Amino acid sequence: MTALDTASDTPWLDPDGQTPLVQIKGVTKKYGDVTAVDNVDLDIYPGELFCLLGGSGCGKSTLLRMLAGFETVNGGSITIDGVDMSEVPAYDRPTNMMFQSYALFPHMSVEKNIAFGLQQDRIPKSEIKDRVHDILALVELQDFKKRKPQQLSGGQRQRVALARALVKEPKLLLLDEPLAALDKKLRKQTQFELANIQEKVGVTFVVVTHDQEEAMSLATRMAVMDAGRFKQIGTPTEIYEFPESRFVADFIGSANIFEGRVTEDVADHVRVKTEVCDVFIDHGESVKMGSKIWVGIRPEKIRLTKADKPAVGENQASGIVEDVGYLGESSIYKVKLSNGQIIDVTAPNQLRPMSRQHGITWDDHVNISWEPSSAMLLNS
Amino acid sequence: MQAKRSRFLTVMLTLGLAFFYVPMILLVVYSFNYSKIVPVWGGWSLRWYKELFESREVWSAVSLSLQIAVVNATFATILGSLAGLAMVRFGRFKGRTLFGGMIVAPLVMPEVITGLSLLVFFITLNQLFGWPSERGFATITIAHITFSMAYVAVTIQARLTGMGQDLEEAAADLGAKPFKVLTAITLPRLTPALISGWLLAFTLSLDDLVIASFVTGPGANTLPILIFSRIRVGLRPDINALATMIILVIALCVAVAAILMFRQQRADQRDRKMAEGEEH
Repeated sequence: MTALDTASDTPWLDPDGQTPLVQIKGVTKKYGDVTAVDNVDLDIYPGELFCLLGGSGCGKSTLLRMLAGFETVNGGSITIDGVDMSEVPAYDRPTNMMFQSYALFPHMSVEKNIAFGLQQDRIPKSEIKDRVHDILALVELQDFKKRKPQQLSGGQRQRVALARALVKEPKLLLLDEPLAALDKKLRKQTQFELANIQEKVGVTFVVVTHDQEEAMSLATRMAVMDAGRFKQIGTPTEIYEFPESRFVADFIGSANIFEGRVTEDVADHVRVKTEVCDVFIDHGESVKMGSKIWVGIRPEKIRLTKADKPAVGENQASGIVEDVGYLGESSIYKVKLSNGQIIDVTAPNQLRPMSRQHGITWDDHVNISWEPSSAMLLNS
Repeated sequence: MQAKRSRFLTVMLTLGLAFFYVPMILLVVYSFNYSKIVPVWGGWSLRWYKELFESREVWSAVSLSLQIAVVNATFATILGSLAGLAMVRFGRFKGRTLFGGMIVAPLVMPEVITGLSLLVFFITLNQLFGWPSERGFATITIAHITFSMAYVAVTIQARLTGMGQDLEEAAADLGAKPFKVLTAITLPRLTPALISGWLLAFTLSLDDLVIASFVTGPGANTLPILIFSRIRVGLRPDINALATMIILVIALCVAVAAILMFRQQRADQRDRKMAEGEEH
């Protein structure tokens, strides 16, 4: 596969002239006075693994349930593959869902659970048998087809649920917190399996999750949701490295945030005056001169050095180490700056300390600094 | 101290159990009493059992009670389940709260009131339409259905709420139309609740004296009516024999239920072990 082919495999990166598989236009859902989903727009392209990320009650599950047809839409429209879904009941939609609880039928064997969807479509018995066999091979559960769901481990049940939803070859597969019920180790392993399976079958996935790590590692693109609205939509890299708002910067990963005022705004750089120091950003952003703005810097993008003299100048400051959290592979330092603000710095423990003690420790005077490209401009 | 306390507990337990079971044991013992006067011991005998089995009156009462109980339980289960389904699975329809209240009302209504109102109802019906011309099997059955379906509805409602909607949504999502979801998922999952609802309605009907007395007519005696009317003229040993038979039947049912439950528990345990074996 050449580089050119790859580009057409990812229509979401260059949406002009591409037809989205799912079009969500102005969709709103209200429960009495409570607005669960508030006038959202979203296009999802064929082959995507799209993640809806947000805290509990942000409306992500409601949106997923509207795609599946379990909830009616109060306003706006949902179109899947060119067909308006407003009059289409759940059982006629070209979507299948994998439930957070897996919702496996306890009175049916693994095999019957998977065959259930195909039987509803009146597919000939021999074809059902073949397709069930193939999908069981894909999730590596051939030896368990006669078992009941309650005779399987959590990871196996998760794979049965995935197989049952995939076997109908839906145009769109909806996954509600697919990994939440697994323990941590299995979850990491399954994350990659899930992405591999999606690539293999080529079905478009929409995944709801509250786990940002899961979203980052799975998604082609993701939407960060809060209070029924999208805060930002983009690739994991865009969301992490170029968050638009304080909410997104803080929700995805962690960020040290300083309030400031724009003092210089030209084509190739921006300067912001903050209480900590002047922040120089070496790329253009459209901001208003003199306007109030926030600057975010990720803990891992800050350099930490032991220093006797306080640092003066752009993109640097000094302080005292208040606390150290040793995580093994890296350490988190809480540095109290001269203005009293405490910032987080993470640094990899690259060298093995021979004295069994790390270079920087409690109450050390330190300087911090970062690259001109590292600071992120955030609106409220 | 420890020994003393445990002796105290043993005594309390014995007294408690005695309170429950001595009357029943007495009843059983006296049913084998030859003497015609209940508290006077006249030696062991099966005399009253023989008399019981030869009494056509008793057998027709048993048969009437059983027929009413079976028909009642079946109809009450069907209607009660529909009401339960409507309450839990049909969203917030108009008048849902009122409907819910009306479903449980028969549970708290004094039986005398239910019986009396049904009697008035049947008499009015008879005057208007000439039916029911005589009260008996049909009227008692209808009366029993009206109150026992409330119990079934509550049982089914609780079970449906506990089950959650995930499985039904999953079935719909996989392409099953509403009727198919009902028959392939909801009903099989409800089976235990349907069985216990049926048994509950069955027992309520067998047990009922008050409502049946109101809506029955001449010649239609259910078992409780028969027992009660005989007791009114004094304790009779053949009733003891009948009661002993009933206790025997109930004990058998309880034993069967216990065995079934024990088996289910063992199967669940086996499933859990199997699942644990699959965790790495």
